Amino acid sequence: MIDIPITHVFMISALLFCVGFIGVLARRNTLFMLMSLEVMLNAVGLAFVGAGSLWQEADGQIMFILILTLAAAEVAIGLALLIRMQHQRHNVDVDGLSQLRG
Amino acid sequence: MNIDWVFYFAALVAFIASIKVVTSANAIHALLYLVVSLLAVAFCFYLLGAPFAAGLEVIVYAGAILVLFVFAVMMFDLQGDNQPVLFQQSWLATWFGPLILTLTLAMLLAYILVTGATDSHIEVGVVSAKQVGIALYGPYLLAVEIASFLLLAGLLAGYHFAKSTSEGEHR
Repeated sequence: MIDIPITHVFMISALLFCVGFIGVLARRNTLFMLMSLEVMLNAVGLAFVGAGSLWQEADGQIMFILILTLAAAEVAIGLALLIRMQHQRHNVDVDGLSQLRG
Repeated sequence: MNIDWVFYFAALVAFIASIKVVTSANAIHALLYLVVSLLAVAFCFYLLGAPFAAGLEVIVYAGAILVLFVFAVMMFDLQGDNQPVLFQQSWLATWFGPLILTLTLAMLLAYILVTGATDSHIEVGVVSAKQVGIALYGPYLLAVEIASFLLLAGLLAGYHFAKSTSEGEHR
């Protein structure tokens, strides 16, 4: 449709992935870590769709759909764990989880 | 007509919104910026010739997953960082950043639709939903089955973990 060099798509994808990765490493709030994971998964999806449109195949979009499924399952389980954590500890700080016992 | 700059502009919007997701202090503001980031990436998908993926991104990601996020944050007060929820801030200050970014995306979309820049060679680079569906239920049928098992496992685990048990309460 438009002529974007595939390297530019990959560079944008890598930039978004790095932003999400820095978020996962730097934030200690588990909710923000989940959101940063979403940004990372999204960046990977962008790379897949870009590659799929480069070769004019549907496989890139299929991989994106599978990533979407993974993200849905991950958010469901992650938010359930967060709700449990909020009930028990009244915060969602990930460092508190190092004191798990039993 | 050269509309390459629209793609880079949408990517820039996605980048700025993602940085605001990572750096913002309030969970609701971060979720708003995450919605903007997902919409911008959906715009990039559309420009890359993947309209089906763009629709799925808007419907499933920005529509369903983010609503789940907002629902959980507001229902269970998952603010984190031990700071009070600031919903009574100045109206403009709260909404200004996401509003500007979303208006930018809307103007880009209007530009694309009005100029009809994509109509002339719509046949060339687009991978249609029909192709995706045929491939999905042909060679990738096993992957679809595994994805359905993954979703079932997510459903069961979400129910199991979020269910309040009696021994978990008095701690």
